[in-house]
Amino acid sequence: MITLLDGWLKGGFRHGVHPPDHKEATASHPIRRMPFPDEIVLPLRQHAGAPARLLVQPGQRVERGDKVGEAQGYVSVPIHASASGTVTGVDWWPHPDGSQAEAVRIAVDPHSAQIPRPRLVPRWDDLNPDQVRDAVKDAGVVGLGGAAFPTHVKLKPPEGMAVETLLVNGAECEPYLTSDHRVMLEHPERVHFGIRIMMQCLGTSRAVIGVERNKPDAVARLRATIPDDLDIEVIALRVKYPQGAEKMLIKAVTGREVPSGKLPIHVGTVVQNVGSIAAIAEIFETGYPLIERIVTVSGPGVVRPSNLLVPVGTKLRDVLAFCGGLTPDAREVLMGGPMMGAPQGDLDAPVLKGTSGIVVLTAAEAKPTRVHPCISCGHCLDACPVFLNPSLLGKEAQAGRYGDMVEHHLMDCMLCGSCSYVCPSNIPLSQMFALAKGAVRREQQRAKEAAAADGPGGGKAA
Amino acid sequence: MLAPSAVLASVAILGGVGVTFGALIALANARFRVDEDPRLDELADLLPGANCGACGFAGCRAFAEAALGGAVAPAGCTVMGEVELDDVAAFLGVDAGEADKRVARLLCAGGSDVARRKADYVGIESCAAAAAVGGGGKACSWGCLGLADCAVACDFDAIRMSATDLPVVDPARCTACNDCVVACPLDLFVLLPLDAPLLVQCRNLLDGDAAEAVCSVACTACKRCVQDAAPGLIHMDRGVAVVDYQQIELANPKAVERCPTGAIVWIEGRQFPVLDLPAGNEVTV
Repeated sequence: MITLLDGWLKGGFRHGVHPPDHKEATASHPIRRMPFPDEIVLPLRQHAGAPARLLVQPGQRVERGDKVGEAQGYVSVPIHASASGTVTGVDWWPHPDGSQAEAVRIAVDPHSAQIPRPRLVPRWDDLNPDQVRDAVKDAGVVGLGGAAFPTHVKLKPPEGMAVETLLVNGAECEPYLTSDHRVMLEHPERVHFGIRIMMQCLGTSRAVIGVERNKPDAVARLRATIPDDLDIEVIALRVKYPQGAEKMLIKAVTGREVPSGKLPIHVGTVVQNVGSIAAIAEIFETGYPLIERIVTVSGPGVVRPSNLLVPVGTKLRDVLAFCGGLTPDAREVLMGGPMMGAPQGDLDAPVLKGTSGIVVLTAAEAKPTRVHPCISCGHCLDACPVFLNPSLLGKEAQAGRYGDMVEHHLMDCMLCGSCSYVCPSNIPLSQMFALAKGAVRREQQRAKEAAAADGPGGGKAA
Repeated sequence: MLAPSAVLASVAILGGVGVTFGALIALANARFRVDEDPRLDELADLLPGANCGACGFAGCRAFAEAALGGAVAPAGCTVMGEVELDDVAAFLGVDAGEADKRVARLLCAGGSDVARRKADYVGIESCAAAAAVGGGGKACSWGCLGLADCAVACDFDAIRMSATDLPVVDPARCTACNDCVVACPLDLFVLLPLDAPLLVQCRNLLDGDAAEAVCSVACTACKRCVQDAAPGLIHMDRGVAVVDYQQIELANPKAVERCPTGAIVWIEGRQFPVLDLPAGNEVTV
């Protein structure tokens, strides 16, 4: 019985949802390079951690691949010019998160061949792990799945913690997105080379690539190209959202659960997205830093859905124009997939290192829905991959009882949107939780600052 | 049929238990008695009971204790009107004292008539929610989103939304309790003395045409107010004029005269002079 259950659970996790994947729109489109736009805008804040420190001045010439921003601290990476041209200014510019952020604007040389400076490609097998990590950091590599966490930090396991398995995330569970799929299909050798580098850095001998079963061609290509000397396993996972979430992937592949508030390293794993792994490989193949990335442009609101190689810093407007523009009924532009993607208010916002896709929905899909009261049907409980009670949390959110929400494990919510997706009453649960999490974090920050200001034992009215 | 003795025994036992515990309570009451100023309850009744915290104390009772001890003048409570204030002062037999009347001021004048929108926000009707979704659709990333989180947070009904989706603060009702300051996700509210007449109603950090392109009443950082005001009163901080309220007595209406957009204003009493509020929602000054 146990083994039966085990077999059923293998390659999956409990709960989750099954949104239609819509990947057929772009899955068979090979990656095409997009022409260089007239202007590149590079926000200094593109990754998790500290923003980059500005290195250039208006009027300065930059070549493709030159640094325009330097890493500031350990959890930070530099930012490189993705095209040759002239810096026209360092201005406030619309950021995909909705704010305005300081960004380097580069007027791209017209009719330029955009050939980077000659450079030395480091031979990675001559380098020790620290040197490899430095090279990865210097190339500005971050997680390309969306969170944009600096990759070199993940390449160094904390003191006294061993990495048993390197988990390579090729699940790509968000509907519409096919950029990781195309990388695995077109550059499987690069994925394996990246894995080799990471395994050496982490001191681990085993790697597992998790790919959802809706990409059988990618699974076959990866399996066919595994180097003889590496212990790499490719697992075909059941198709389910949010399979690509770190903790879900670990559960699906290893059967282990990451405890609340802990990291994958606490169960002996490091998870890395296939795109980032290919980016690591590229440093040691071509010497290029991370200046372009593969972006899926899809959705019913796009005239020509495509998989594009886009210079980082290209405006959404230019990318969409290259794909034939928007259809007349296009209504909502999302950066990322439809489940967790960030709605965009300004098409001048640029593609960032963490932009895996641009999805445009039409009025039919993005139409506002009437919200009804919770009928306590329990669908959200069956959908929540981290076993929370979204129904209860939603009622607490409406009453503003954030303290109770924290007690009911609000902070374990990863905002995957599964509860909102299944809710028959259209309650915007995920948005309510995002709001509550933000409020709780601000409150914690305020309490911390107040404690620091008052000093030990200090009181307001004293 | 119960024997009469059983009834008597029950009554005796229950009565005995009652008397014993009653005696214990009486003893504890005498032993652990906390002497409290008898005026405290009366004074607490005279206070508004809003427990808003605007006075800096934990609540009305804490304020009453402080007032009885002479640590704070009755005027330290900004919620009371003149009549209530006189009652409290008479009760305490002290002078009502002077307190600077402060009110909440909005650092934005970009109503829906003057500020450009770049997208429509559809979702939870709350500024905090909208701010987290692509910035809420207003072209200016620093401006008021107009979804009334402040008005909801206000316990004194001092904030009403105007027809152009800006919160209008009624100085007569505002107690400077800080709730709206905390509620605003864009940090647009500040508490200022009611008689401080100079206000830059903008936090947009863009300069020049870029600022005006998103909102016709934005601060364009042209520095004219800096030149026209007393030296040091106004300075530019990253693309927006900032008034130094420590030196506010130097303020002069000349500072606002040459402002090309009207971002800096000279106010007396209410912040937004022209109001278009629904009937029955009139704001008093």
